[in-house]
Amino acid sequence: MLAYIVRRMLYAIPILIGVNLLTFLLFFVVNTPDNMARMQLGMKHVTPEAIANWKRERGYDKPLLFNSAAPGVEKFSDTIFVEKSLALFAFEFGQADDGRDIAYDIKQRMLPSLALAVPVLLIGLLVNITFAMLVAVFRATYVDLWGVILCVILMSISSLFYIIGGQYLIGKVLQLVPISGYDGGIDAFKFVILPVIIGVIGGIGSGTRWYRTIFLEEIGKDYVRTAWAKGLTERKVLFKHVLKNAMIPILTGVVVVLPLLFMGSLVIESFFGIPGLGSYTIDAINSQDFAIVRAMVFLGSVLYIIGLILTDISYTLVDPRVRLA
Amino acid sequence: MTNRIFRWGRAAVAGLLIIALGACGEGPWNNPHSAAEERGNVLFSSFSERPKHLDPARSYSSNEYAFIGQIYEPPLQYHYLKRPYELIPLSAASLPEARYYDAADQPLPADAAAEAVAYTVYEVHIRPGMHYQPHPALAVNAAGEGVYFKLSREQVAAANTLADFPEHGSREVTAADFVHQIKRLVHPKLHSPIVGLMSEYITGMQAYQASVQKAYEDAVARDGKNAFIDLSRYPLEGVEVVDDYTYRIKIRGVYPQFVYWLSMPFFSPMPPEADRFYGQPGMAEKNLTLDWYPLGSGPYMLTVNNPNREMVLEKNPRFHGELYPSEGEEQDAKNGLLADAGKALPLIDKAVYSLEKESIPYWNKFLQGYYDASGVSSDSFDQAVRVGAQGEASLTDDMRKKGIALKTTVAASTFYMGFNMLDSVVGGLNERARKLRQAVSIAIDYEEYISIFANGRGLPAQGPLPPGIFGNVSGRAGINPYVYDWVGDAARRKSIDTARRLLAEAGYPNGADAQTGAPLLLNLDITAGGPDDKARLNWFRKQLQKINVELNIRNTDYNRFQDKMLKGNAQIFMWGWNADYPDPENFLFLLYGPNAKAKSQGENAANYDNPAFNRLFNRMKNMPNGPARQAVIDEMVEIARYDAPWIWGFNPKDFRLYHAWYKNAQPNLMANNTLKYLRIDPVLRAEKQNEWNQPVLWPLGLVAGVLLLSVLPALALYRRRLHTPVKKRAAAAASGA
Amino acid sequence: MSMTAIKFVPLWTDVLIYLLVAVIVAFVLYARKREHLRSQWRQVARSRMGMASLVVLLVYVAVGLLDSVHFREAVERNGDNAEVHYSAEVLSVLDVVLTPLRERVEKTYSAPFATHLYAKEMMELPDGSSVRDYPRLDYGGAHLVNPAADRGADILATATQAALQAAAMLLVLFMLVSGVLARKNKLGFATSMGRVLRGRTELPWHIMLLTFGVLLILGMLAAHLGVKYHVFGTDKVGQDVLYQVLKSIRTGLVIGTLTTLVMLPFAVLLGIMAGYFRGWVDDVIQYTYTTLSSIPGVLLIAAMVLTLQVYVETHPELFDTIAHRADMRLLFLCIILGITSWTGLCRLLRGEVMKLREVDYIQSATAFGVGHFKIIGRHLLPNVMHIVLISVVLDFSGLVLAEAVLSYVGVGVDPTMNSWGNMINAARLEMAREPIVWWSLTAAFIFMFTLVLSANLFSDAVRDAFDPRLRKQ
Repeated sequence: MLAYIVRRMLYAIPILIGVNLLTFLLFFVVNTPDNMARMQLGMKHVTPEAIANWKRERGYDKPLLFNSAAPGVEKFSDTIFVEKSLALFAFEFGQADDGRDIAYDIKQRMLPSLALAVPVLLIGLLVNITFAMLVAVFRATYVDLWGVILCVILMSISSLFYIIGGQYLIGKVLQLVPISGYDGGIDAFKFVILPVIIGVIGGIGSGTRWYRTIFLEEIGKDYVRTAWAKGLTERKVLFKHVLKNAMIPILTGVVVVLPLLFMGSLVIESFFGIPGLGSYTIDAINSQDFAIVRAMVFLGSVLYIIGLILTDISYTLVDPRVRLA
Repeated sequence: MTNRIFRWGRAAVAGLLIIALGACGEGPWNNPHSAAEERGNVLFSSFSERPKHLDPARSYSSNEYAFIGQIYEPPLQYHYLKRPYELIPLSAASLPEARYYDAADQPLPADAAAEAVAYTVYEVHIRPGMHYQPHPALAVNAAGEGVYFKLSREQVAAANTLADFPEHGSREVTAADFVHQIKRLVHPKLHSPIVGLMSEYITGMQAYQASVQKAYEDAVARDGKNAFIDLSRYPLEGVEVVDDYTYRIKIRGVYPQFVYWLSMPFFSPMPPEADRFYGQPGMAEKNLTLDWYPLGSGPYMLTVNNPNREMVLEKNPRFHGELYPSEGEEQDAKNGLLADAGKALPLIDKAVYSLEKESIPYWNKFLQGYYDASGVSSDSFDQAVRVGAQGEASLTDDMRKKGIALKTTVAASTFYMGFNMLDSVVGGLNERARKLRQAVSIAIDYEEYISIFANGRGLPAQGPLPPGIFGNVSGRAGINPYVYDWVGDAARRKSIDTARRLLAEAGYPNGADAQTGAPLLLNLDITAGGPDDKARLNWFRKQLQKINVELNIRNTDYNRFQDKMLKGNAQIFMWGWNADYPDPENFLFLLYGPNAKAKSQGENAANYDNPAFNRLFNRMKNMPNGPARQAVIDEMVEIARYDAPWIWGFNPKDFRLYHAWYKNAQPNLMANNTLKYLRIDPVLRAEKQNEWNQPVLWPLGLVAGVLLLSVLPALALYRRRLHTPVKKRAAAAASGA
Repeated sequence: MSMTAIKFVPLWTDVLIYLLVAVIVAFVLYARKREHLRSQWRQVARSRMGMASLVVLLVYVAVGLLDSVHFREAVERNGDNAEVHYSAEVLSVLDVVLTPLRERVEKTYSAPFATHLYAKEMMELPDGSSVRDYPRLDYGGAHLVNPAADRGADILATATQAALQAAAMLLVLFMLVSGVLARKNKLGFATSMGRVLRGRTELPWHIMLLTFGVLLILGMLAAHLGVKYHVFGTDKVGQDVLYQVLKSIRTGLVIGTLTTLVMLPFAVLLGIMAGYFRGWVDDVIQYTYTTLSSIPGVLLIAAMVLTLQVYVETHPELFDTIAHRADMRLLFLCIILGITSWTGLCRLLRGEVMKLREVDYIQSATAFGVGHFKIIGRHLLPNVMHIVLISVVLDFSGLVLAEAVLSYVGVGVDPTMNSWGNMINAARLEMAREPIVWWSLTAAFIFMFTLVLSANLFSDAVRDAFDPRLRKQ
C-alpha cells in the first residue's frame, strides 16, 4: 500500500512537467511576452522601451526553451520555461503579471471557494442518492418513468439558466437573500445559500440519473436475487447490499473531485461575485495573466493527481477484491 | 427508517429556524453589507475589476482614479460646479503662471510669439500646512529615524498587509515631495505611461532618464532584482526646489496644455520615505508596494485593500481641510448643490467599494437601495428612463416613486470607426479612396446605432471634437456636410442613393470593381465576444449591404487586435478616446500625422497624415482659446471631414441615477476627486431599504406544502414496499397479471 | 432568385458530417447481416418511446443536413467580363428554404406574433408633428389593416388552414404506411389500417405516425404563420428568432456528434487497454490522460481557441468568408472538446475493466490462453458497451449545454454563428430587461430541450436492448 502510494507520487512528477510544458507552449504560442506587456501596461502612450523594460523586469526577455547565447548548462536553465516553471514545484507561485503575490491571493480565495463547493457536493450527494434510491425502489413503475423524465428535463436546462432564474426569482422577486457578494465568517451563510441551492439543483438531473443506473445495475446482480430468494425485505436488500456495493462507482466519481473542490466553480463564482479561485481563474483568462493561469493549472493538476490516488485507495477500502499492484 | 427521516427533518427545521432568526436579527435579509456600516455615514459603491495600479506615477485609467483621486492631491483640480471646466488650486496655493524665456535666458512678455520662446517656466507655490495620512513609512522613533527602514527578511516575510506595521507617523508636505514624484516618473521599474510624453516637454528629462536607467542597471547588477536607488542623488535639470513651499518646472518651448497635466495624480506629492520603505527587499513580493498601498495627503486614505472583495476609503485624520465651493452655475443653487457651501470637506466618513463584476446584480442591488448611485445600462434603460416626444429623457414612474434622480451629460469622449489610411483599398488621400470612405460614412447609420445599442444615449458626432470642448460648433454651421444635410431644423443623413453614387464614382458601381467585376469586400477588425456583439456585428454588415458592399468581420482577441493596429494591418476598426483634459488639442492630435500609430506608435490610430492638417495643428495647439483659434480649428475640421479618415461615430451621453439620500451629485467629466463633495443621508437610506426589501415568504411555504403533499403518500407506499418480502410481491404481481 | 450559377462550398464540418452519415449507413448495412446485432436493434425498434424519439431526432437531423449543404451564389453584375464572381455570403439549402424568414428583418425586438415593435420610437405623423410610440413592424402582421381587431381571427384562420393541411398530409401518410404493410404482410388494406391504428404492428407505427403528426402540425403552423408573423419574435437587431433556432440546430448537432466522433475511438481503445493490460501500457495511457485531464478544461479550450485565431489571422487566404472562419472555429471547438472529454470516459472504462478482469470467466479465459484482443473484443467490449452508450448520450446533451457556458467565458463558437449557446448567453441581458424579453430564451430552450430529451429517451431504448445484464432480467 505504502509502496503504491510512493510510486504514484513519483508518477506525479513527469505528469506535472508534462502539464507545465503543454500549457507553457500553448500560452506562448498565443501570447508573446510583448502582448503580455502591452496588456499590463495599458492602452495609452505605450512605448517600445516600456515594453522592453517590463519584459526585462519580469524575466520574459529570455528565450523560451533554449538559450543559445548562454554558456553550458545555462543554455537550458537560463530560459523562461525553467525559470518560471521550476519554482512551481516548491509551490512558489511568484507574482502575477500585475505584481500581486499569487500565493497570498490563492490562500485568501480558497476559503470562499470551499464555502461554496463543499456544501454543494455534500448536499448534492445526499439529495442525488436519496432520489436515485427512491427511483430505484419504484423501478419499472410510473414513478421511475417520470423520475427519469424529470431528470432529463432538469438536465437539458443550461446551468446559466438556473443561475439567471435563481438570481431573478429568489434574489430579486422574493428578496430572500443578497443577489450577489460575499463576506467572511458567519455572514458568508446568507451569500452562499442561493449559489448552493442552484448548484445542487443544477446537478440533480444528471446525478440522480447516473446513480439510478448504478443502483439498477447492482439490483440486477445475482447476489441480490439470492438475497431476495432468501426472503429478505427490500429494505435490507437495498440498504445493506445494494447501497454498499454501489458505493464503488459512486466513490470513483466523488473522490476524484474532492481535492478539486479547492479550485472552485468557474461560472457560479463569477456570477455571484464570490471571491473564490474559480472567479480568480476566469479573471486571469480574461486578463490573460499568464503567471496566475500557470499557477492555477499547476495547482489543479496537483489536486487532480491527489484525487486519483485517493480514488484507487478507496477502491481497496470498499472492495477488497481490487488489489493494488 | 422513517423515524430516522423524521429525526433528520426535525434537525433541519431547527437549523433553518436558527438561521432565519439570525438573519431576521437586523434589517432586511438580503442586505449585502454589514448592518453596522449601513447605518453610518458611509457611501456604498463598487468596482468591476481590481485596479491594477494605485501608484500615481503609473495609474492612468478611470477605475483607478476612482480611488487615488481621493487619496492624492496634485497641485490643481477642476472646479466641482463651474462650467466650462475651470482649473483651481488644490495643493498649490495659486494657479501657476507661465513665464517665457528666449534662447538667451531673457524673459519674454506673455504675448510673445511661440517661435521665439525657448522655454517656459512654471513656478508652483504650494499650500503650507498640508500633512500626509498616518503611514508606517513616516513612523519615526525618538531619534528621528524611520522605524521601519531597516526591516529584516524575516520581518518582511511575516507581514501580509500594511496593518502588520502597527506604528504610524505623518509629516508636512514639502515642495521637495512634488519634485520627487516628477523624478519617479522616469524610474525604470515604474513604467509611467506619461514618461515618453513628458520627456518631450520637461527639459532634462531625457538625460535624467538615461542616468537613472544606468544607475538602476548598475544597482540591479550589484544587488539583484530588488535594488533600490535614491532618486534625489541624480539632479533633474528642468525641475528644481526653490524653498520648502515652492518649486519650478521648466518646459521646452510653449506647451499651454501643461497646466492640465498638473491636475492629474502624476504630479501629486510623494514623500521619498515611501520609496525607501516599500523599496526594502521582499516587500514587492508581498504586494507591499505603492501600487497597492497609497500614501497621500488627500481627504481619504485606503484602509482596507482586498481587491478580491472590497476596498474601503476612510477619512484622513490629518487632512488639511477644504471647504465646499460656495459658487457654481446659475441653476446649481436652485438644485440644492450649494446647500453645503462653506462646509468642511469631506462630508462622508467612509466609502465602501465592493467587487461587482456583472452589471445585472449591480443594477438590482441599486434598486434595492444597497448601492447609492448607478449608471444605466442598455438593458435596464426602458425600466429606468422614458424618452419624451422631443427626445428629452426623464425617469419612469417606478423610479420617481423611489425618489431616484437622473442626471445626464454628454461625455467628453468619442467612439468612432477608423479607416486605416495605410490600407490599399480604403486608405490614402486619393479621390477614389476618399469617395469610398465618404460613401461608407453615409451608409453606416449611426443614428440607428445609437437608438438600438445605446438607447439613444449619444449624439452622432459631426467631427473630431465632442460638445463641451472648445472648437465644437453646434447647429447648422456645425454639421458634417459630407454626410449630413440640414433639413428643416435638424441634420439629416444623406440618402443611400448619394452613398451609391459616391461608391460608383469611387470605381465600384453597384458594389463591384468596375474593371474586374469583383465584389468589393471590406474588413472590420474588432475584438468581440460579449453577448451583445453578435447583434452588433450583424448590424454593421447590414449597413454595408445597403450599398451592396460585403463586410467581413475579422474578430480577434485584444492582443492580436493591438498588434494589427500597431503594424497598420487593420482595415476598418472601432476605437474610442476619452479626453485627458478639456482642450481641443487633446482630440485633434488623434489625427496629427507624426502621431501615427503604425509609424511612431502614437495615438493616431487611423494613421491619417495630411500635411495641411499637420501644419494647422502645430499652429492651433499653442493658441489661447478665442476667435482666432476657432478659425484655425474650423479649417482643420473641414479638412478632416472631407478626407473622412474616421466615420465620426458618436459622443456618448452619460446617464447617472442617484437615490434620494445621495446629495450634491453633479457629474464632472474632468474631476476625479469628487467623493469629498458628496453627502449621504443614512437615516433615510435605512428607512427606504427596510421598506423596499421585505422578504416574500409565502412561496416558500407553498413549495414546502407541495413537497410535503407529494412526499407523504410516497412515504407510506415506500414503507409498505420496504417491509414486504419480494417473493410475496412477485406472487401478487403474477396473480394480478 | 436565379439559379444560373452557384458554387458548392463544402465546409470542413460538412465533410465530416457526410463522413459520419456514411459510417452510420455502413454500420446499418453491416448490422443487417449479423443476427445478434439485428435482434438487438429490432428490440430498439419495438420500443415506443425509442421510436417516437427517433422520429424527432430524424427531423432534427434532416434540418441539420439541409443546413450542411453550402454554396455561394454568383453575383449578377452588369458588364460582360467572362470571369464569374461569387458572393462572399455562404448560404445553405436551409437558408434558401427559409428565405422568407431570413430576409424579413425588423428594426429591433418584437414579441412573438407582434404587429408592433417592442420599443417606443420617435415617429413623424402625417401632419408633421412627432410622437413617441410603438411603430408597426415592417413585415410581422404587415398584411393586417387593423391589427388590434384582426390579428386574433387571422392567426386562428391561418392556423386552422395549416392544421387541416397537416391532417390531410398525415392521412395520406397513414394510408401509405398501411398499404405498404398490407402488401408486406399479405393482408387486406382495411385490416392493415385497423392494425396500424390499434398498434398491432411489429413496429409501433401508430406512435411514430402520431409523433410525426405532431411535428407536422407544428411545422405547418410555423410555415403558414411564419411568413405572416414572427412566431418566436425578433431579436435585438430584428432577426427572426425562429430562423435563428432552426439554424442553431446544425451547430448543436455538430458539437454533440462530431466531438463524440473525435473522442470515441481513443477513449474506448485506450480505456480498455489500460484496464486490461495494466503494467506499462496502463502507465503510458494513464500518463497521457492524466496530463491532459489535469489541465482545467476551460483553460485548455481558451488557449486553443486563441491559438486558432492566431492561425486564422496569419493565413487569411485560407478563410475567405465569415462562414469559413466560423466553421473552422466550430471544428476546432469539437476537437478541443473531444480532447478534454475523452479522458473521463477512458478513466471510467479503465476502472470497469479492472473490475471485470478479476471476474472468474475472464481469468479462466486468460488461463486457457485465449488471445488478448479476443478477450477484449469478445468479453470486455460488450460488457462495457452500455457505459460507452450512456456516456455518449450524457455527453451529447452535456456538450450542447457546455457550448453555452463556453460562450459565457468567451471561448465558445464564433459570435457570428447561430447557436443556442449564443442565444442563451444573449438572453442573460434580455432577462434583466424590464419589460422582460423572454422569447429568445424560450425558443432556444424548447428546441434544445426537445433534442436532448429525444436523444436521452432514444438512448434509453438502445441501452435496454444492448445491456446484457439488463436483458437477463
